[in-house]
Amino acid sequence: MNAAASEVLVERDGAVGIATLNRPQALNALSMPLMKALIDALETFDADSSIRVMIVAGSPRAFAAGADINEMKDLADAKAAEAAMAEHLGRWDRIGRLKKPVIAAVSGFALGGGCELAMACDLILASETAVFGQPEILIGVIPGAGGTQRLTKAVGKSLAMDLVLTGRRLTAREALAAGLVARVLAPEVLLDEAKKLAREIAKGSPLAAQAAKAAANAAVDRQLDAGLSRERQLFYTLFDTQDQKEGMRAFAEKRVPKFEGK
Amino acid sequence: MTTQTASEFLNATKEGVLTLTLNRPEALNALTGTMLRGLAEAVTKAGRDKSVRVIVIAAAGRAFCAGADLGDVKKRMADKSFEHGDELRKSFNPLILALRRVEKPVVAVVQGTAAGAGASLALACDLKICSTDAKFLNAFSKVGLIPDSGLTWLLPRALGLSLALEHAWLAKPITAETALKFGLVNRVVPAEELPAAVGETLCSLFAVPPLSLALTKRAMNRSLEAPSLEDQMEHEAQLQSFLGKTKDHAEGISSFLEKRSPKFTGE
Repeated sequence: MNAAASEVLVERDGAVGIATLNRPQALNALSMPLMKALIDALETFDADSSIRVMIVAGSPRAFAAGADINEMKDLADAKAAEAAMAEHLGRWDRIGRLKKPVIAAVSGFALGGGCELAMACDLILASETAVFGQPEILIGVIPGAGGTQRLTKAVGKSLAMDLVLTGRRLTAREALAAGLVARVLAPEVLLDEAKKLAREIAKGSPLAAQAAKAAANAAVDRQLDAGLSRERQLFYTLFDTQDQKEGMRAFAEKRVPKFEGK
Repeated sequence: MTTQTASEFLNATKEGVLTLTLNRPEALNALTGTMLRGLAEAVTKAGRDKSVRVIVIAAAGRAFCAGADLGDVKKRMADKSFEHGDELRKSFNPLILALRRVEKPVVAVVQGTAAGAGASLALACDLKICSTDAKFLNAFSKVGLIPDSGLTWLLPRALGLSLALEHAWLAKPITAETALKFGLVNRVVPAEELPAAVGETLCSLFAVPPLSLALTKRAMNRSLEAPSLEDQMEHEAQLQSFLGKTKDHAEGISSFLEKRSPKFTGE
């Protein structure tokens, strides 16, 4: 195991795959090696048929406090920046292409790249101590891993501009009100509750969960008519599955369905 | 025991109690910017310091605190860029927030007048023990301002809207007796009995598991802003799940069943 790999702890808990950022001394700053290890871990879970749901977690003090500024502070110009970071930032886009649902469990700082990473997941559970922000403007740049896009889509342009243009932070409660996060939880139970939620999702049909994710992504990425047609297509596709038969039969028979992912 | 003397407030930790004493008796402990920022820092630091279990806010001399140092304010108003709001954001608000957020009990010991931000300071503490001559006064209306440092948030919750407005509009002092009657303070005792009353309260607090103290405060704070009973009960359920797995909970149950005094470790 190399140094970067130990910066992402990988754990399997039944059908739940958990990747925990483990660089606490740097408040989980998202260095290139760390991001590579994280994305490798998530893609491994995505390809593993025993895993149905993933969790990305940080430490209590910081989900991730940002990118690793040391990696970019000496880049001479635009060309040098692109040369140094194109592969790294391109790798980030692969998080959005994961098929299985990904839960971000955010405690403490989710700033810059940390906020972008949380938003690249499908839903965010925040502890009461969570703080979100895109402070790149304060060091003379802008978010480069999706911050301006996903934040704007998540909370609307007005609040996104307020945050991105000032670097101001949102508390967990504000993030909940703005629709950036799904739930706010006591920090002591954040991970337990994330696992509970993951297990609940894992109990459902994994095929339906993946279809739901694909359809919701279409809502974010496409025009409404294209999104609606994608939804309908996915809806019909599920009638090819055993899980649909089992789900509807169990409903009629008033029993709990058992989904096999087929 | 560590004692550090800042010029305007005293900071002493002894046997788990951090005592912060306003120490400008000649100015009735009027609050300056350095004092406010120093106090906020000390409170926040105590939150992280395992050796501190309870924080006491006390005052030297005959008055608890006269509020903002108006001489200081007047001088600084000469500067065209001076704004009251900035002063609040920079110095007063962080202290009030630190007192509400620190997850350890904060006990105010109030003698004489607590005016303006001094009243806010006392009322932002968790428990208030007063001498019979204590009184709370807000005379902002006499100088064309409004109560600040959280008073417009704390007072209606503590007193109800009618009394809070009357108190603020008409600068009508609240005596210790009235404060006790309305639940604004916990205890009122003759001045000479203050130290003993504080000692008793601290002693009682020390008998409670620290995590119980901490999370009770967090939950009660939250309830003041919670959207609904249902939402607040879900929060309680989360905290109870956590506390249910602590050593102190197990110790509490065993000691009860074994009819002995519990030994809590804070874990």
